Formats: sequence, C-alpha cells, structure tokens
Amino acid sequence: MSELAVEITGLKKSFGTLDVLKGIDVRVERGDVVCIIGPSGSGKSTLLRCVNLLEEPTGGTIVVNGTELTDPDVDIDAARTRIGMVFQSFNLFSHLNVLNNLMVAQRKVLKRDAKQAQEVALRNLERVGLSDKVNAMPGQLSGGQQQRVAIARALSMDPDVMLFDEPTSALDPELVGDVLGVMRQLADEGMTMLVVTHEMQFAREVADRVLFMDGGYVVEEGPAEQVIGAPQHERTQSFLARVLDPTHQGPRST
Amino acid sequence: MALSKRQRAKVFRVSQYALLVVVAAVLAVVADWSEIQRSFFNLDIAAEMFPNVITVALKNTLVYTALGFAFGLALGLVLALMKLSPVGPYRWLATIYIEFFRGVPALLVFIALSFGVPLAFGLQFDIYSTVMLALGIVGAAYMAETIRAGIQAVPKGQIEAARSLGMSHGRTLLTVVIPQAFRIILPPLTNELILLTKDSSLIYIIGLARDQYELTKFGRETLSRSPSLTPILVVGLCYLLITLPLGHLSRYLERRTGGKKISTPESTGLGVSA
Repeated sequence: MSELAVEITGLKKSFGTLDVLKGIDVRVERGDVVCIIGPSGSGKSTLLRCVNLLEEPTGGTIVVNGTELTDPDVDIDAARTRIGMVFQSFNLFSHLNVLNNLMVAQRKVLKRDAKQAQEVALRNLERVGLSDKVNAMPGQLSGGQQQRVAIARALSMDPDVMLFDEPTSALDPELVGDVLGVMRQLADEGMTMLVVTHEMQFAREVADRVLFMDGGYVVEEGPAEQVIGAPQHERTQSFLARVLDPTHQGPRST
Repeated sequence: MALSKRQRAKVFRVSQYALLVVVAAVLAVVADWSEIQRSFFNLDIAAEMFPNVITVALKNTLVYTALGFAFGLALGLVLALMKLSPVGPYRWLATIYIEFFRGVPALLVFIALSFGVPLAFGLQFDIYSTVMLALGIVGAAYMAETIRAGIQAVPKGQIEAARSLGMSHGRTLLTVVIPQAFRIILPPLTNELILLTKDSSLIYIIGLARDQYELTKFGRETLSRSPSLTPILVVGLCYLLITLPLGHLSRYLERRTGGKKISTPESTGLGVSA
C-alpha cells in the first residue's frame, strides 16, 4: 500500500514581511519516516507546525490522509486528533499527572469512556517504558521521561501521522537515547513520521527519506544514505560538515 | 578619643535599645493599669460577648465574605475573558467596568445597592443578595486583572499541546488554561479574600437584624451598651482569626509556586523554535 499520508503542495508561510517558507512540496507515503534537517531559521519547524495548522499557511495546500487541512471549511480539531505532535519542550500539562495527561484528550475530545481511555493510556505508557510513572506529576520526571510521556500522550489518540519537532534538542545528552529508542521502535511498527531533528545518526538509520531545508526551500531530498552520506548540493555539504564534524570548522564568514 | 566607624555604629545601636527601655519603663510607671484594664481588657464585657461574637458575628462575616468572593470570582473570570477577547467592544466594556469599580469606594457600592437601587427600580434585595452583589461587584474589578494576568502567564506550549490533541479553543481554555491560571494566581487571590473579609464590614450601613450582625456591627452594638474599648478589641482579634491564617496560606502558596511572577506574560515563550 503506497497511499500518500501527507501531501504538501506549494506551501508558503510569511510572518509579516518575513517569508519563512517559499514554496514547499513534500510527499510522505504511508508508513514512511521522513527526517527534515537544516540550519536554524531554515523554516523546518514552521513546515512541521503547518502540517497540523499550528501555523496557518499563507499559501499552498496540505492534505493529510485525504483531508485537505487548508480547506477553510475543514474541521481542524477533528483533523488534529489524527495527527500526533511532539514538541521540543515536551509541553506536558503541568497540572495533571501522567495518566491524566494521557487520558484528558481521549476523554474530552474522542469521548472515550474512562475505562477505555485508561486502557489505551496504560498500553501506550508501557510502549514508552514508563509504566511505573502512572501517578507521577510532570515536574517529577526527567526531560527524557517527560518527552516519552509526551509521545505516549500523542499515541493515545491513535494518530495516523506523528510529527516530531526537534524532540531531543532540549534533553541532556545521556537522555537522548531513550527518546530516540522509542521513536525507532515506533518507526519499526510502521508509523508514518515527520521528524525535524539534528540527530544525523538517527536520520541515517531510521529515515526512509531525508529533506534538507535552507532559506525556506527544500534544497535537497532523497534517501538518507544519499542526502547525508553523499550530499549533492553545496549548501547541504557545508551544513553537514558543520554538524558532523563541528571541531574542524572555522567560524562562519556570513 | 576617636572611635572607629564600627565602634560608633555599636554605640549608636546600644543607645537605641537603652532609649526603648527607658520609654517602656516610664510608660509602665506612669500608666494607670486599672484604667487600662477597665477600658481595653474588661473581662466581664468580653465574657458577655461570647458565644454570640463567634456563633453569630464571626459566622456571618465568613458567610458574607464567602458569598461576595464566590460572586466576585465568577464575575472576575468573565471580565478577564472579556479583556482577552478578540471582540473589541467586550474588551472596552471590561476595561470601563474595571476602571470604574476599582476607582470608587466599596461603601458607595453598598449604599447604591441598599438605598439607590430600591429607590430607582423599586427592587429590594435581601441582606445576603446585597452583600454578595456589593462585595462581588467590587471584588470582581480587582480579581479580573489578576485572573487575566494568570491566564496570560500560562505557557504558550500548553495551549499548543492541547490544540494539537484536537481540543477546541474553548475546551483548551476550560481544561488546560484556566486550571493552570488559577494555580498561578492562588496567592494574590488569597490576598483578595483578606481584603473582602474586611470590606464585608461595610454592610453595617444597612439596618441589620440582631442575627445578621457581622463582626464590626456586633462590636459597635456592644460598645453602645458597654463604654469600653474591649468589644472593639475582641472583634478585632476575631478578624485576625480569619486574616492571619489566610495571610500565612498566601505566603505558603507563594513559596510553593516558587514565587513565579505573573506580571510578565512575555516570559512564557519557552522553547518556541523557528
């Protein structure tokens, strides 16, 4: 089955006079893992946030699982329940414990009954290896644990697509592995994933395709081993050189 | 003999203590202790006030305050949401309301409700409605600004997370924003409760039946029969029974929430990346 899960056509986004996305086309097939890499300010987070309309696109169309999100009449709240999002800063609901973080949207949005919501929550908590933290408050967890709970919270809505916005960028280095491990497992289970990341190793091993973005455009895209292993474009090469071997680079001239 | 700076400071400090001791000693000798006891600590008068000062007056003060606070909180929440509304006229109305009722004395509102409204509209509120409306109307003006600040202090990421899970704007407000905002503003709200406790005394301007007396009225009434400051002292202590624990509660809550400042909504853009 090679149906399109996400289809982005001619996507543009401006903040005032600042053009952040200048015409992006992306196609993600069901079950694919697509990693988006690029320097900061290249628009990769904005692109991801457009996919569930946290940012309103200025132009272009976004279709997720056959639903055009950019249609003005679309029920965006309903559409968002099918799109899981994981944030850089976790954003667990700080006034709710772990279980309720996982249950609240199931109960209030999907209208699941308490028993079913709890079953789903516990199952997903087990998937991320945090069954023992059911009653913990977010503040009592490490960053890595919080992020895994955030992933479980998104999974509890049974999404078709998962968006990850730099999920490990706010973590201490020794906690990054736990989160990447969960994401890798998710990819192995066939989840469709769009991942904005600086973890080149992860992109290389897990991604089916890698997009390199710079200056509001997708500069290069292709299989991971090609884009990361043998980049064709000069800007991709210099970016990867800085990321993969930061100690041998002089200060940027620009 | 030249004193060093530190020695001079010490002499100065010691002389302050000496002065205090002398003043206290003089007052103790000069004072007419029996007179003071008669006027401030007349145990007979105090004993006569019990148990009604507790069972009627303190209870009524608590009831009046609770009514006013509950109404004020609800109205304050509505005003805060109006102030944050994208609809201009809502914002203007809320601003006018807040500015007006923060600017006029609470006593004026009591007078308006108990004498003005009956004259103008032929409406006569009972005592509970009057105190609830008057205290609530004034309290809401103060609480609205606090609640607004609390709502704005909820990190943007919490709202984005809720929306990304498919919650509507209203559902997000109800389930995520307002519960968190109230956690943030619990300390200032406790202070507001203290202020309302004291303002509940303004109900005295309405004619009260004996079982409707609150603390201040009860003290005044006892005073008219017993020429001594004792009744005032007793009801004053009763107010402290309410306000001191509330003050401690407020400071405790402030410590627990880490003394987060709520006046700077800009400090909440945590982790928003390009």
